Amino acid sequence: MSARSEPGLRAPQSRTEEAQLEPILNVEDLSVRISGLHILQGVSFTVAPTGVTVLLGRNGVGKTTTLRAIVGLTPPAGEVRGAIRMGARSLLARPTHRLVRGGLGYVPEDRCVFAGLTVAENLRLAERRGTTPAYDRVFALFPELDRRGRQRAGSLSGGQQQMLAIGRVLLNDNRLLLVDEPTKGLAPKVVTEVAEVLERVAESVPVLLVEQNLAVVRRLARDAVVLAAGRVAWTGDARELLLETGLTKSLLGVGSAEVRAPSARSELASPAVARKDQP
Amino acid sequence: MGTVILLTLTGLGLAALYFLVASGLSLVFGLADVLNFAHGLFLGVGAYGTWWAAGNLPGAGSDGFGFVLAVAFGVAAGTLVAILVELVLIRPLYSRTIEQVLVTVGLSLAGVALLQATWGADARPFPRPDWTRQVTGILGAQVPNGGLLLILAAALVLGAILAFLRWTRYGLVIRAGVENREMVTALGIDVRKAFTLVFAIGGAAAALAGALGGVYFGTVSPGQGGSLLIFAFIVVVIGGMGSVVGSAYAAVVVGLVQQFVNYYGTSGLGDICVVGLLAVVLLLRPQGIAGKVATA
Ligand SMILES: Nc1ncnc2c1ncn2[C@@H]1O[C@H](COP(=O)(O)OP(=O)(O)OP(=O)(O)O)[C@@H](O)[C@H]1O
Ligand SMILES: [Mg+2]
Repeated sequence: MSARSEPGLRAPQSRTEEAQLEPILNVEDLSVRISGLHILQGVSFTVAPTGVTVLLGRNGVGKTTTLRAIVGLTPPAGEVRGAIRMGARSLLARPTHRLVRGGLGYVPEDRCVFAGLTVAENLRLAERRGTTPAYDRVFALFPELDRRGRQRAGSLSGGQQQMLAIGRVLLNDNRLLLVDEPTKGLAPKVVTEVAEVLERVAESVPVLLVEQNLAVVRRLARDAVVLAAGRVAWTGDARELLLETGLTKSLLGVGSAEVRAPSARSELASPAVARKDQP
Repeated sequence: MGTVILLTLTGLGLAALYFLVASGLSLVFGLADVLNFAHGLFLGVGAYGTWWAAGNLPGAGSDGFGFVLAVAFGVAAGTLVAILVELVLIRPLYSRTIEQVLVTVGLSLAGVALLQATWGADARPFPRPDWTRQVTGILGAQVPNGGLLLILAAALVLGAILAFLRWTRYGLVIRAGVENREMVTALGIDVRKAFTLVFAIGGAAAALAGALGGVYFGTVSPGQGGSLLIFAFIVVVIGGMGSVVGSAYAAVVVGLVQQFVNYYGTSGLGDICVVGLLAVVLLLRPQGIAGKVATA
């Protein structure tokens, strides 16, 4: 599930081949039950220590539930079983704020910026005692956030809110980023911008990404994990998956609702990193 | 004219009392989703703490600096009880709403029973400086000084809470937490510390209401907190859960409506009008005047 040839390593690092193959995150037999409903039933996968690993699956299959279980945000009515490890450390049953301070960055679905606070306040909230916040890094990626410091986050556009949600996580150093549908509901041009930013971010931090836009997936992801019916249905090279029209169709339902293109193949072949379901 | 001014100022005095109780309730609910029925207990502790200190604490008394010391003691006692209640009883029960309601209701009943057992069920004369018994002539109205003191104190508390929310790190955490608590923890912040802090602030404000309410009414009795709490809850709902400014506006509206209707209508009609007002607000604007935002 983890060891395989890696043709396009984006971050060549001075570590040994072996260390590079050691996954940053191990999810083993993860089951999540929320108010009696079995949402995940024995999910196992690993996240590579570099680059982007994408988590795919049809709507409502449990991608968000998986990310939230990793970062300890399963609702109180929920029950989590199995093992989640980062290196030797078990992440299960540890409070979210500890996990995050330990280097797990979480960019939630629907962005969740604090609408009533200003952009600067949203960023300041992510500052931590004892460390210097990397404002230069954030403002280099998102100059807009610097200019709009005094604007209320609720009045930002969707794309700007997404930049803020990513920016506040990048204010600190992370060992792994969990990013949930960062291009959801954004205009094609903004989708490209977000994808570019994530590409640059992934050069230094491994990312576990949930993404429905297959063009973005094709551009960013090296490894893919596909969920279906509460379990892992496929893992392997992301490009391989996307080239198999039959496979993407059966696993993701692509070709019908999600990508309104004549065929999945032609969508994937198109160079534009744009979402076809956007007006 | 004199009557209108008198009713306005006594209405505002009542509003001040409601606000001091409601501001803490509102922040606690807005941030931690806890409906704290034991909030009236903090008021009772503040009132009895002040009353006890004035008679027993060395240096404290019913006048001048001694009185300030007595009130400070009452407020400190209320704050301490609020912190203990949060740490010991509420913290293990976060996100278990029904248990929380049971525990806080039980605690408020037990608290009243404890005050009764210790100091009796009857109202006791409250120690207060002589000037608070007097009246000040304002535009032809003879306004009791105790009421003016309450208005002043509530205005100061409102300003202090807003400054705290606006300018401090914890204030930022509280404002963000009222909006989306989960996301605050997802940024690496232990939001439970902010819960304790909000209980402490609410406990201090309620205890101050207890002490100054004692001055205003001239007596202290175990049941006082409970009846005030009902109107404070109404104020919180009308103002919008989690909004301190909303609580202030709502307290003023409720205090004035009660005072004017009780005077010009029949006594007791004001209370019914307040409940009617609550129903109207719930129908037209279920999120309250200011919605779920900690500052505005
Ligand atoms: N708090 C909850 N209570 C009950 N059911 C829940 C809860 N959270 C999620 N679910 C259910 O779990 C399933 C998986 O939800 P999840 O949000 O993880 O899916 P997803 O793969 O992220 O979907 P999408 O692609 O639409 O974002 C859904 O059927 C959802 O209804
Ligand atoms: Mg999702």
